Amino acid sequence: MSMEEDLPGTGDQKKFLYVNRRAPYGTIYALESLEVVLIGAAFDQDVSLAFFDDGVYQIVKDQDTSGIGMKNFSPTYRALGDYEVTRLYVEKESLEERGLTPDDLMEITYEDEDDDWAEKPSVRLVSRAELSEVMAEQDVILSF
Amino acid sequence: MPYQMNGTTVEHDEEGYIEELDKWSKELAEIIAQDENIDMTEEHWEVVNFLRDYYEEYQIAPAVRVLIKSIKKSMGKEKGNNKYLYTLFPYGPAKQACKIAGLPKPTGCV
Repeated sequence: MSMEEDLPGTGDQKKFLYVNRRAPYGTIYALESLEVVLIGAAFDQDVSLAFFDDGVYQIVKDQDTSGIGMKNFSPTYRALGDYEVTRLYVEKESLEERGLTPDDLMEITYEDEDDDWAEKPSVRLVSRAELSEVMAEQDVILSF
Repeated sequence: MPYQMNGTTVEHDEEGYIEELDKWSKELAEIIAQDENIDMTEEHWEVVNFLRDYYEEYQIAPAVRVLIKSIKKSMGKEKGNNKYLYTLFPYGPAKQACKIAGLPKPTGCV
């Protein structure tokens, strides 16, 4: 049986923020974070993700890992909407410091159940100050 | 015991998931299904093919509730429901169908 079928409904939803600050390859952090998010999504909590520092590279489009012999797992971020993870905060300053623009990021969307399944962007560009506010609202922050 | 097919063998882990995804073929799927006591019908293939497409696009095997929701969206609610999918794959549509589809165990299943 898959685990999510037997979870007790505790009723107290917490706000979880997964913080991603490292480049996608070279260490296992980015992939581990993504897997924890997907597994944790079964627990019916309020989950969002933040990308800053080198973490913004995790969701850059057209990744090609053929030269480093690792699996390109970046398409999996586009499945997050299916797992009801619909808010990916990306820090503007981190993009600018790396010469990136929002156009360099993958198109990641979710379907809004409350709006006739309209497709909406999951990525939310925020300033460093706005991201601090998002972090201050959380019950749990997991940093990778 | 590895799966035996036309004189070749395909290795799998202790739960029966194949280790090299590119070794998969329709013939191998039939052999894995036999091991699972499943007679592959058109309805089974529809789910297996759906999972392979999902993996191709997102590089993951979806958790069961995501699979059910996605099938409901693309094939309608008479197929996208627990009862229909568990009838086809009694030991879990995600787990068992992923095994037959030659994919890794779904992320989030224990």
